[in-house]
Amino acid sequence: MTVYVLDLIIFAIGIYSLIAKRHIIKKIIGMVLIEYSTNLFLILIGYRHDGIAPIITQNMEQTQFSQSAVDPLPQALVLTSIVIGLGTLALMAAYAMKLYEKYKTFDMCEIKRLKG
Amino acid sequence: MKKKKIEEIVHDENLGMTLIVKTVARMMIAMILLFGFYIIIYGHLTPGGGFAGGVILAIGYTLMMLAFSRKLALKKLSDFWASIWDNLGMLAFIVLGFIGLNFGYFMFNFIWHGTPFHLVSAGFIPLANIAIGVKVGAALYAIFIGLSIYGRIITGEEETK
Amino acid sequence: MTTLPIVILILMIAGAIVAVETKNMLSAVIGAGVVGFGVRVLFLFLRAPDIAITQVIVEVLSLIILIRVTAKVDNEAIEKRIDNFANITGLIFVGIFVAFCIWAFVDMTPFGNPLMRISQHYLSAGLKETGAANIVAAVILDYRAYDTLGEAVVIFTSILGAFVILRKRGKKKIEEEDVEKIGIPE
Repeated sequence: MTVYVLDLIIFAIGIYSLIAKRHIIKKIIGMVLIEYSTNLFLILIGYRHDGIAPIITQNMEQTQFSQSAVDPLPQALVLTSIVIGLGTLALMAAYAMKLYEKYKTFDMCEIKRLKG
Repeated sequence: MKKKKIEEIVHDENLGMTLIVKTVARMMIAMILLFGFYIIIYGHLTPGGGFAGGVILAIGYTLMMLAFSRKLALKKLSDFWASIWDNLGMLAFIVLGFIGLNFGYFMFNFIWHGTPFHLVSAGFIPLANIAIGVKVGAALYAIFIGLSIYGRIITGEEETK
Repeated sequence: MTTLPIVILILMIAGAIVAVETKNMLSAVIGAGVVGFGVRVLFLFLRAPDIAITQVIVEVLSLIILIRVTAKVDNEAIEKRIDNFANITGLIFVGIFVAFCIWAFVDMTPFGNPLMRISQHYLSAGLKETGAANIVAAVILDYRAYDTLGEAVVIFTSILGAFVILRKRGKKKIEEEDVEKIGIPE
C-alpha cells in the first residue's frame, strides 16, 4: 500500500509541472514523468511475492510454473505503451522546435502576448 | 566511386567527432546491429521481442550519425530508403493478418507450430517480430534525420555534424 | 523484502522534484533520466525482463531527443515575474487529487497477491496452444494481436505528424542540397 502511495506522489509531481509551469520544456518533462509513473503502477499491480518471470525454461514443471509466475497480462500492455511514449515525445519535441523558431522564446506568457 | 567518397568522409577531420570516438564507434556499430538482430529473432524464446530489437537497430544508426557526420549516415541509409523500409514492414504485418483470415479469424496462427524451445517454432510469431522490428527501427531513424536537419536551421550554424 | 522498492522510490521522488524546480535545463533533463533509471531497476526487481530491456533503450533515445531540443538553444529558464496564482492553484488541485486517490486505494488488492483471472488460462495453456516459450510474446502476438496492430498504427501516425510539422517552406538561408530531402515532397 505504501508502494502505491509513493508512486502516486511521482504522478502528482508530473501533473503539477504540467499545469503550473510556464516553460514549455518543463511541461514536456512533466508529461514524461506521468508516463513513467503510470507504467510502473501497472507492473506493481501484477507482482506476486517470491514469483518467477513468465518465461518457461527447459526443465520446469507446468503446474509449478503456473502457481508461482507473476502476471503476464500487464507486462504485455506496458510493452507497447513504452514505445508509444517515445513516439509522443518525438511529436512534442517537433512542436517545441517549431514554436521556438517562430517566437524566439520558450515562455508561454510571452508567446501569448506576441501572438498574431 | 561511391566507396572512395565514404573513405574521404570517414577520414576527414572537420566532420564528426575526434579520432578516438571514431575508432571506438567503428567497432561498436557492428556489435550493436548484431545484438539487435539477435533480440528480434529469438523473441519467442528469451525476453525481448520486436519492439526492443527495433529500437536497438535505430540506436545503431543514430550512433553512426553522431560519431561520423550526418552525410555518412545519409549515404549508408538515405531517408528515402528509410521510408520505404518503414512502409514495407507495416505492409508485411497486415498481409500476414489477412492470410490468417482464410483459415479462421483475423491473425490466426496458421503456420505449423513445430517443436518447442527450438528456433523454428511458434508459428508466425518470429515473422511478425521481424516485421515489427524493421518498422519501428526505420521510423525512429527517420525522425532523427528530420530533427537533425531542422535543428541545424534554427540555430543557423554551419554544418559541423 | 519490500525495503528495496521503498528506498528506490524515495530516490526517484527526490530526482523528480529536482527535475521540476531547477532553473538549468540540462539539470532538469538529467533529473528525468534519474527517474527513468529508478523505474528500470524496479522493473528488474518485479520480475519483468522484457520491459526492462525496452525501458533502457527508449530512455536513451528520449534523452537524446530532449537534449537536442534544449541544450544548444536556451540553457536557462528565466522567469520574469513569479506567478503565485498558478502555483497555489496547482498545489491545491494536486492535493485534492492525491486525497481522493488514497481514498480509492484502500479497496485495491494488497501488494503481492494479484487478481489473476484470465492470466491463469494464459499461463497454463500457453505453451501447448502457441508453442512459444516466452508467455509475454505469446500474449502480444497471438492472443492479443489486434492491440499490436493498433500500436503500430499509432507509431506510424505520430512519426507522420512530426514530419508534416517539420516541413520547410520559404527558408532562404540554407543551401540548395537540403531543400528537397526531408521525406515528404512539398
